[in-house]
Amino acid sequence: MAKKLMKGNEAIGEAAICAGALNYFAYPITPQSEVAEYLCWRLPEVGGAFVQAESEVAVGNMLFGAACSGKRVFTTSSSPGISLMQEAISYMSGAHLPVVLINIMRGGPGLGGILPAQSDYFQATKGGGHGDYHVLVLAPASVQEAVDLTILAFDLADKYRTPVMLIGDAMIGQMMESVEFPEKHREQNDPNASDWALNGAKDRKSRIIKSLYLDPNQLDENSFKLADTYDVIGEKEIRYELYNISEKNRLLVTSYGTMSRIIQTAIDEIGEEEGISVGLLRPITLYPFPEQPIYDEAIKPNIEKVLSIEMSVGQMVEDVERCVRGKKPVEFSGRTGGIVPTPDDVKGYFRKALGIEK
Amino acid sequence: MMLENNEDIMINDATTIFKRPESLNETVTHYCPGCTHGIIHRMVAESLDELNLRERAVGVAPVGCSVFIYNYFNCDFMEAPHGRAPALATGFKRTRPDMICFTYQGDGDLASIGMGEIVHAANRGEKITVIFVNNAIYGMTGGQMAPTTMPGQKTTTSPAGRDTSLAGYPIRMAELLASLRTPSFIARCSTQTPMHIVAAKKIIKKAFRLQKEEKCFSLVEVLSTCPTNWGITPCDATNWVAENMEPYYKLGIYKDPEREEG
Repeated sequence: MAKKLMKGNEAIGEAAICAGALNYFAYPITPQSEVAEYLCWRLPEVGGAFVQAESEVAVGNMLFGAACSGKRVFTTSSSPGISLMQEAISYMSGAHLPVVLINIMRGGPGLGGILPAQSDYFQATKGGGHGDYHVLVLAPASVQEAVDLTILAFDLADKYRTPVMLIGDAMIGQMMESVEFPEKHREQNDPNASDWALNGAKDRKSRIIKSLYLDPNQLDENSFKLADTYDVIGEKEIRYELYNISEKNRLLVTSYGTMSRIIQTAIDEIGEEEGISVGLLRPITLYPFPEQPIYDEAIKPNIEKVLSIEMSVGQMVEDVERCVRGKKPVEFSGRTGGIVPTPDDVKGYFRKALGIEK
Repeated sequence: MMLENNEDIMINDATTIFKRPESLNETVTHYCPGCTHGIIHRMVAESLDELNLRERAVGVAPVGCSVFIYNYFNCDFMEAPHGRAPALATGFKRTRPDMICFTYQGDGDLASIGMGEIVHAANRGEKITVIFVNNAIYGMTGGQMAPTTMPGQKTTTSPAGRDTSLAGYPIRMAELLASLRTPSFIARCSTQTPMHIVAAKKIIKKAFRLQKEEKCFSLVEVLSTCPTNWGITPCDATNWVAENMEPYYKLGIYKDPEREEG
C-alpha cells in the first residue's frame, strides 16, 4: 500500500480496522477526539459499529460487555477519561478479557491541560485500578509506530487474554506523518471459534465471565494465574530500541515516545558539536519493562550516569533506578504540564548530568 | 381445564404439567425465605424457554443480592461492576446483534449508582431487556436506605425513617424512563399475590418478545419483598408491598410501542 500523510489519531483508527477491530466505543475528549470523528464514518464503510457513550465510565463497561463476545473491541481516550475507565479495566483484567485501550496523554493531575505529557506512566504501568493486576503497555514514538503497535496490541490482547494499553502523548495523536498500512486487512475474530466467549449455551454448558470470587482460595488462584501470565509476558514480549550505543558513551539515557525522538536529535548534535557521546535506550513496552537490557547497558564501564528524560516530573525514573540496582547513579530531567523540551533543552540536561559547564 | 387455557404453561405430554424451566439450573439458591427473587428468576426463565431464546441468551448479573444469578440460570452470563449492567449489555448487543441480552438489577444497582447507564441505554433505544427488581432497600449490604426507600421507612442508614427533606423522595424509575421520547416498552408489576405473578409473567414475556422481534428497549420494574431487612415476616412483607409501595409505585404499562402504533 502506498504511503499516506495522516494525522496520528486518524492513523490509529485506521490501524484498528486493519487489525479487524470493528467495534469501537468512545467519549469525546481533547486531544484525541479525531479518532471518533474519523471512525464514526469509516467504521460503517467496513461493516463496523461505533457507539458514542454517555461517559468514559460507560465506555469502559461497554468494552467489557463487547469483549465478552470474543470479537476485537477497543476505545481511545485521553488522561482524565482513562481515569474514569479504571473500574472496568480492573474488572476486565480479573475476568481475563482481551481489549485494547489507547491513551493519547495530556497533562494532569485533574483537568490539567490539553498539551502533550507523559504523566500517566504510573497509572498505565502499575495497574491504575484496584487489585493485583497489570495491563500491557506499548509506547509509540512516531505515527508509523502508533499504527504498527496498535495492530500488535490486538494480537497481544488475544494471545494473553488481557487488556493492552497504548500510550502516546498528544504529539503522537496530533502530528501528521507519512504512514503505511499492511496490505491485507485481517478478518474479524469469529466469536464462535472461541472456547471462552459468550455465544449462547447451545450444545454446551453455559459459560460465566466474572471477576467475583468470594472464596479466598479461588481469588488467590485467579490472581496468581494473572501473575503467571505477566511472568510469561515479561519473558517473551519485552521490546526496546537502542540508539547511538557505543563504548564511547558517557551517559545512558532512557526515554520513550515523542521525548525519545527529540533526544535522538540532541544526541546527534552534542556528538557533532561537542564530541560528547550519549546512548539512548528507548523502552517500546513500558510493561513489561526492559529491566535486564537497562541493567546490562548501565553497568558498562564507560557509563558514568543513567538519565531518565520524561515529559513528567519523573515517573519512569523509579523503574530505571530499580533496574540499575544501585550500580550507577540515576537522575531525572524533564518538563511537564504540556511543555515539550527542545533539543537545546535536552543537551543542557546531558551537560548537567555529566557536570559539564558551557 | 384451567391449565389448558393458560398459554403460559407448556404441556409437553399427558403427565408433565409443571417442571423446572430448562433455563434454570437444578440448584439451591442463597435467597432468604420470603424473598421474591426466586419467583422473578422463574418468570424470566419461563419466558426464555417459551420464546425459544435460551441458546442465544446472554444475561448480565448486577452487584447486589442477585449477583449469583449466573449460578442459577442455564444460559451464558457476564457479571457487571455495580450499576453498569446496561453499559455491558449495550457493548455486547452492539457487537452481537443476533443474540438476546438482558440485565437483572436491583434498585441500588439501577436507580442509584447505575442511574446514568440505565437512562442512556434506554434513551439510545438499545435492543436489550432490563429486569429491575425494586424492594425499596439495599439487601446484600445489610439493609441500607436506597433511592427507592419509602418516606419514613426505617433502614440501617435511616434509623429514624427516610427523611425526605434530606434524602428526597423515592425515585420512580418506570415513570422517569417512560418520559424519554425514544420508543420503548416500560412497565411495572408486582409479585405479592398469585394474581400479580400471573400478570407479571405476561409482561416479562412481552419484554423479551419485543427484543426477539428487534423492536425496542424493554424494562420491567418488579416490586419485590425483603422480609430480612424490612424486619417482618414473609406474609407481612407481601402486605407491606400492597399497603406502602403499590400506592406510590403504581402498577401498569407506562410505554408500549405496540400501543403507540395503534
